[in-house]
Amino acid sequence: MSQTKQFMYVNRKAPYGTVYALESLEVVLIAAAFEQDVSLAFIDDGVYQIVRGQSPKALGMKNFSATYNALGDYDVRKLYVERESLEARGLSADDLMPIVYEDEDDDYAEKPSVQLVSRAEMAAIMAGQDVVLSF
Amino acid sequence: MKYTILVNEGPYQHQSADTALQFARAALAQGHEIFRVFFYHDGVNNGTRLAVPPKDDRMLQKEWSELAAQHGVDLVICIAAAQRRGLMDADEARRQGLDADNIAPGFRISGLGQLIEGGIESDRLLVFGD
Amino acid sequence: MSMLHIVNKSPFERNALESCLGYALAGDSILLIEDAVVGVVAGNRFAGLLTAALADRHICVLREDLVARGIPDERVLEGIRLVDYAGFVELTVENDRTQSWL
Repeated sequence: MSQTKQFMYVNRKAPYGTVYALESLEVVLIAAAFEQDVSLAFIDDGVYQIVRGQSPKALGMKNFSATYNALGDYDVRKLYVERESLEARGLSADDLMPIVYEDEDDDYAEKPSVQLVSRAEMAAIMAGQDVVLSF
Repeated sequence: MKYTILVNEGPYQHQSADTALQFARAALAQGHEIFRVFFYHDGVNNGTRLAVPPKDDRMLQKEWSELAAQHGVDLVICIAAAQRRGLMDADEARRQGLDADNIAPGFRISGLGQLIEGGIESDRLLVFGD
Repeated sequence: MSMLHIVNKSPFERNALESCLGYALAGDSILLIEDAVVGVVAGNRFAGLLTAALADRHICVLREDLVARGIPDERVLEGIRLVDYAGFVELTVENDRTQSWL
């Protein structure tokens, strides 16, 4: 298994209402060990997976949002967020968690993992993938 | 063409397991290879041998087992999703100190890496879910 | 290089079809299966959207799912191709990759 493929994980559902966001994240963490080219797309209600201030304690559920912050440690550095989906929900980049990774080629400077892209840009990125996984 | 199929929903609740099964049969009929079917989320419930649907309904779990027996299709249930939902093979039941196992013939329990491997090794990865 | 987009949600219930159409590029194929097939009936609220998409994208519908839901072939919007499960498999061969709009 020496070949490298481009894997994109498409997230279109809000967290907590269903298990998809959590179990999708679990796949991403495992996938990181396979040294493939991994990116995440947040579209439609999926943008709510990485908004700040999540607190599901009263639901009796685990707050897994902090795990997105750890993705950089797994070399998952490309989190694309569709701008139109944010705007349609009255959200902006300021509402998202400041997810970063450490760039080993730049003295471990912290750099943002989240990139806002237009729908057209996201479509082009998606078109370049080998495997698109949605949950 | 070599396929991996991901099934994200359980049987009966949603059509996705039926569609996945029909697709797998159609692909095999055309001479394609199903490298693996990976069951995730509630999809792990496709692998229980303790389901007893009414006689006049289809029996999806058995149909998957037959697909494995007839075509050697690798049916893999995600261990993390299975543990959450009480789907066990004998080894796992013993390890967890449980009094029973319920996995259907032809299925095996393994890690999420099997899904990623399917994506790497196959020409196409198809997702069926809700 | 083209993608097969698979939609399985009724457009009357969820936005998967509309999202998909915003992403499918010229030359891509879109296959409607399961509850999504209710979206292809001629004269419905989504007919305009689908007709516009047909200009540069292929739209197919899984006939077994239409039949199951009592939608006869002649009610399907003009330009949409009916396929069976074998045709579904062929679409995954003709396109380089797939994306399911769950």
